[in-house]
Amino acid sequence: MDYGFTTAAYVVAAVLFILSLGGLSGQESAKRAVWYGIVGMGLAVFATLIGPGSGLWLLSLLLIAGGGVIGMYVAKKVEMTEMPQLVAAMHSLVGLAAVFVGFNAHIEMARVATMDETAREALKGFAALIAKKNGVELGILKVELFLGIFIGAVTFTGSVIAYGKLAGKVTSAAEKLPGGHALNAGAAILSVISLIWYVNTGGFLPLAIMTLAALFIGYHLIMGIGGADMPVVVSMLNSYSGWAAAAIGFSLGNDLLIVVGALVGSSGAILSYIMCKAMNRSFVSVILGGFGGTTGPAMEVEGEQKPIDVDGVAQALDEADSVIIIPGYGMAVAQAQQNVAELTRKLRGKGKEVRFAIHPVAGRLPGHMNVLLAEAKVPYDIVLEMDEINDDFPDTDVVIVIGSNDIVNPAAQEDPNSPIAGMPVLECWKAKQVFVSKRGQGTGYSGIENPLFYKDNTRMYYGDAKDSIGALLAKID
Amino acid sequence: MKIGTPKEVFEGENRVAMTPDSAAQLQKLGHECYVEAGAGAAAGFADAMYEAAGVTVVKTAAALWKEVDIIAKVRQPNETELKRLTADKTLISFFNPAGNEEGMELAKSKGATVIAMEMVPRISRAQKMDALSSMANIAGYRAVIEAGNNFGRFFTGQVTAAGKVPPAKVLVVGAGVAGLAAIGTSTSLGAITYAFDVRPEVAEQVESMGAEFVYLDFEEEQQDGAATGGYASVSSPEFREAQLAKFRELAPEVDIVITTALIPNREAPELWTEDMVKAMKPGSVIVDLAAEKGGNCKLTVMDEKIVTDNGVTIIGYTDFPSRMATQASSLYATNIRHMMTDLTPEKDGVVDHNMEDDVIRGATVTHKGEITWPPPPPKVAAIAAQKPKEKAPELTPEEKRAAEVAAFKAQTKQQVTLLGVGAVLLLAVGLVAPASFMQHFIVFVLSVFIGFQVIWGVAHSLHTPLMAVTNAISSIIILGALLQIGSGSFLVILLAGLSVFMAGINIFGGFLVTRRMLAMFQKS
Repeated sequence: MDYGFTTAAYVVAAVLFILSLGGLSGQESAKRAVWYGIVGMGLAVFATLIGPGSGLWLLSLLLIAGGGVIGMYVAKKVEMTEMPQLVAAMHSLVGLAAVFVGFNAHIEMARVATMDETAREALKGFAALIAKKNGVELGILKVELFLGIFIGAVTFTGSVIAYGKLAGKVTSAAEKLPGGHALNAGAAILSVISLIWYVNTGGFLPLAIMTLAALFIGYHLIMGIGGADMPVVVSMLNSYSGWAAAAIGFSLGNDLLIVVGALVGSSGAILSYIMCKAMNRSFVSVILGGFGGTTGPAMEVEGEQKPIDVDGVAQALDEADSVIIIPGYGMAVAQAQQNVAELTRKLRGKGKEVRFAIHPVAGRLPGHMNVLLAEAKVPYDIVLEMDEINDDFPDTDVVIVIGSNDIVNPAAQEDPNSPIAGMPVLECWKAKQVFVSKRGQGTGYSGIENPLFYKDNTRMYYGDAKDSIGALLAKID
Repeated sequence: MKIGTPKEVFEGENRVAMTPDSAAQLQKLGHECYVEAGAGAAAGFADAMYEAAGVTVVKTAAALWKEVDIIAKVRQPNETELKRLTADKTLISFFNPAGNEEGMELAKSKGATVIAMEMVPRISRAQKMDALSSMANIAGYRAVIEAGNNFGRFFTGQVTAAGKVPPAKVLVVGAGVAGLAAIGTSTSLGAITYAFDVRPEVAEQVESMGAEFVYLDFEEEQQDGAATGGYASVSSPEFREAQLAKFRELAPEVDIVITTALIPNREAPELWTEDMVKAMKPGSVIVDLAAEKGGNCKLTVMDEKIVTDNGVTIIGYTDFPSRMATQASSLYATNIRHMMTDLTPEKDGVVDHNMEDDVIRGATVTHKGEITWPPPPPKVAAIAAQKPKEKAPELTPEEKRAAEVAAFKAQTKQQVTLLGVGAVLLLAVGLVAPASFMQHFIVFVLSVFIGFQVIWGVAHSLHTPLMAVTNAISSIIILGALLQIGSGSFLVILLAGLSVFMAGINIFGGFLVTRRMLAMFQKS
């Protein structure tokens, strides 16, 4: 088929992809939007297979089918609580694919360069494209594929580490090799030198050096970021995988790759921005790891944590008219979402107003809590965002905090010296009563003391979230 | 049971504990009602009205006390009245148990049951029989009226053809029931009203009544009123000093001061000192509702109105409710009626004096030959604990407008800068790059733009599906691999093949998992 048809198919596919992302603005339209994405992808692959420059399509189809089987298996089996790991793992695949495609482009370029005029005429496919390029264009091509490989390699190791951290296979604490950011900077400088070297000579060695340096940057960068910042990391890697695809698109001269890469890249960038804003931290400070510097000693927390037993919580819930539940990563870890949903159903059955308040960075992935609650069949119209519900806390009888800590920490507003000062938080302490379901008295992931636990209207309901909500279920009928 | 109300014997007392209306309600509970002849006359309820309501009018007090089982009255009973009690009689009245030991002893020796209306605990359920509140409400209202009566000017500011009248400034000290009633009356008359209370949590109530709460510059953690059942408690000397300093500052300005500060079972605290009185303008009025307990101003003379040397009128009446006897009687009678409702749960005219009940137990001072005062603390806390609220600085409309303009300017500046820098960069690229590159570059820039526009619209709750779907479509990199797989050496085919394989995993995995997630989102 000729070039015109392929381009037309690409235009349709690009429109479908845009609609697919745009459809995610609402829960109902989102279900349709996925189909746009699927059709778009199918069309793009089909058009490429039959279009100019492709070959070995049987092998291609076999490989796609093989990958598809694995992909379907994984997608069916994955638990919703493992969603962050899955997304991170998939990013690593895109990153690695980008590296391979980049290498291929280099190999082809090197091969074409050695040919004479007649051999070039006989070329077809991608090599033919390269053969037509003049000197400047070849230089740009080198930069493009260099960038593609660099971003792809950073995405690959970064995603692998992020996966390890999210899956608990790598320690989730922020760890750096001695030398810290100097190592990253060194590797980056090395990459820049390699770029100049590569553009001038076109040899494989600078490319290899840069790849190793990029792999190291990806590894070291993500190792230095703590588990609580994972939502930013995952969306950032998402963004990178898009930019890698776009860079590869440039080197291959393929507009669809550029369009989709740019879409994905900007989507990830916006998500990262939203997450950073929700934590009141700059993107740079998250990437560089650790919390921003504090200006003085943190406020002393006085008083004691007052525990309460299941009967006390059950009684309070029985008397309450309005209840707000604030889930956090602890609910995901304890797999408590089913029990929480059951509790919600029972309370709603008794005519009480039950709502969920979701902080943008609750969990380890943007929107993580929404997915978990949806899985447990909590209707999405009672699951509200921070801005929608924050003003309602003073009129609320009971707030149940399940496995969240920093996102309900009043120190963010009350203590200017707190490491999280200025971060928008759910103002649950304004409710008449707050119950905190928590495993023990520890300070939680970030190690920041939470004055909420010491407030007069707060009671600590100690225990594993799944078990304690389960025990509560038995008491409410 | 027979319920009877005698004529009040206390001099100047106009109220009566039963009205024709309340009698009708009491009869519905199965009780018979009796009233002494002329008992309601001073409150505007003639004997004929009682008879019309089915109440038996008894000639003398002695006959009434002998006839009935339950005596409902207003004022603390005197010795003669108490001697008329017998073991099977119940007395419901104000009793002042804290200062009436002989009375309690006498009632105890007679074996009678006495319910003291001032001892009704301050819990939500008992509000309907809280006679202290209903009387305090009247006192607060009447205090303002009384002050106006003795104040030579309007309350409200007016600009008339005959000249300009400044509004009166009223300070209410103590924002309890009486204080709040005074605030409400004063603001509705048009005065500028300030209010102060040692319990910072009432600031909201004060502001809701239209007065301005007087905040102290005082750092100490002020005691939460909830700990003391909603009443004020004794404050620290430092706090007192800060408070007095504030009052001293206000004294020359205010025209009318109404003090209502009482601490249960204590002499009233001195809040309006002699020098403050001296600092006030001639013609100003002080109404001291705490006169009965010694007064918040030491110059106050109980039950009298005095005028100081500098022309300040100080009113120390203690009978404000009695001065509005009709209103006070109907409210008090309703309080009594609600008490009877609680005492006859079956509505069959049989009194069940349930000492397990918080309200009944709390109000009972003698029962079955025992003194049951003071009662144990009620099981239900009076008011939920509250925290003092920080006052947010209110922006004026001009400031708001200025802030908006500044924000808009900053935004414009930022956007123009961004656009400028972007355009320069783009032009710089265009200078060196060949046309083929620029074509792709245009596509790239436009796509980024579309991406930004589209993604902002994505619902927060769908961020995880968004990541999954972008992940799936980022495997568009498969196109690159597909283009390369047919060209060149074995190594190229191998690498391209691997890429196709991995992208295949991603496409199917990504879309499927997105679909799985989206299918879970359900509306209720």
